[in-house]
Amino acid sequence: MSNEKKTAVDLKNLKAGGFIKERGKDLFTVRLRVPGGRMPVERLRKIVEVAEKYGQGEVHLSVRQSVELIHVNFKDFDAVVAELGERDQKVASCGARIRVPTACGGCEYNPNGLVDTQKSALEVDQHLFGSPTGHHKFKVGFAGCPHDCPKSATNDVGFQGAVLPELEKDLCIGCGLCAKSCSDGAIAMGADNRPVFAPERCTWCGDCVKGCPTEAWKATRRGYTVRIGGKWGRRPLVGTVFATFLPEEQVVDFIASVLEWYVAKAEGLGRVRLGDIIIREGPESLLGHLRVKFPAAVVSSTIPPQVINTQIGQRSLQK
Amino acid sequence: MKTVDLRGVTCPTNFVKAKLELETVEAGVSVRFLIDDGEPVKNVPRSLKAEGHRLLSLQEIDGHYALTLEKGAD
Repeated sequence: MSNEKKTAVDLKNLKAGGFIKERGKDLFTVRLRVPGGRMPVERLRKIVEVAEKYGQGEVHLSVRQSVELIHVNFKDFDAVVAELGERDQKVASCGARIRVPTACGGCEYNPNGLVDTQKSALEVDQHLFGSPTGHHKFKVGFAGCPHDCPKSATNDVGFQGAVLPELEKDLCIGCGLCAKSCSDGAIAMGADNRPVFAPERCTWCGDCVKGCPTEAWKATRRGYTVRIGGKWGRRPLVGTVFATFLPEEQVVDFIASVLEWYVAKAEGLGRVRLGDIIIREGPESLLGHLRVKFPAAVVSSTIPPQVINTQIGQRSLQK
Repeated sequence: MKTVDLRGVTCPTNFVKAKLELETVEAGVSVRFLIDDGEPVKNVPRSLKAEGHRLLSLQEIDGHYALTLEKGAD
């Protein structure tokens, strides 16, 4: 496939990254942009076609839901981009940018899903994908419920679907299914054979709402629990709660606001992730910044991202 | 009222068995299912509700549960 005479590569295609050098001479991995890990079968078929034509018989499914075309000669970049484009398949990014968001299946067919994570992932991909941070990578992930299969708290900004339940006592038939289905011990049957709710124990999974035979349990608030400052890698951090019940339609603006704070606060500090900047600045600084635009969702106080003891090496924060 | 014993049957086989039983009765007819404590009682009633059946009661009997429901229209 390679042009034998002279090599011409459109450098615009390389701007956002997504072409990753391999060990072998001239060979690259091409990381594809698959927000939320869902795609039409026709697109998958096109990917297969391009992989067969320009790869060496294999693809790699990345841990962040991308299909990676492996062993692609850099001279074929333009052709790969053009042919993938026939089915609107784009190349992803790498480096210090907002990455392709990950998401679980969401709420359309998954019985546990509380919010439309697929829609959120597509919106973030459309509006924020590739935005430069100036410092380090920036990952976003969406989980539809507190089961949290996508491990949202290991992202720079991680979203977890949530509903706040409320009981309309007149509709309750006292069956006890809510108390039985609650995994967090937040509902117990009282002396009057009606449920007693302990909100401080609730993780907002909505199992009571889903199981209630008479719709006596209703969702009074719905949105995302937002944890910020997570990452994995050499020095893992688990993100902590900065907002609760953030409405789905505010997700893009919320991430943009976090990014704004990160870009400013990490100035001059080099390649440092958001979580380490929060530890350095203190979480109140970011809370205050976010509260201006999202007063209803931002929590009154929180804790810094939590350090995970990996037992290997000595963690040094860049203070 | 027909009683279907789903004790000792794990998820999701218990739910599929309940569905097959419900295929044999008309809409509006009530059926009683005996289900185990733990995951079965958390999952089976909720899944049957999502299929459009009307849950009427849930009773604890000696460490297991009796779920009574009315078959919904198709």
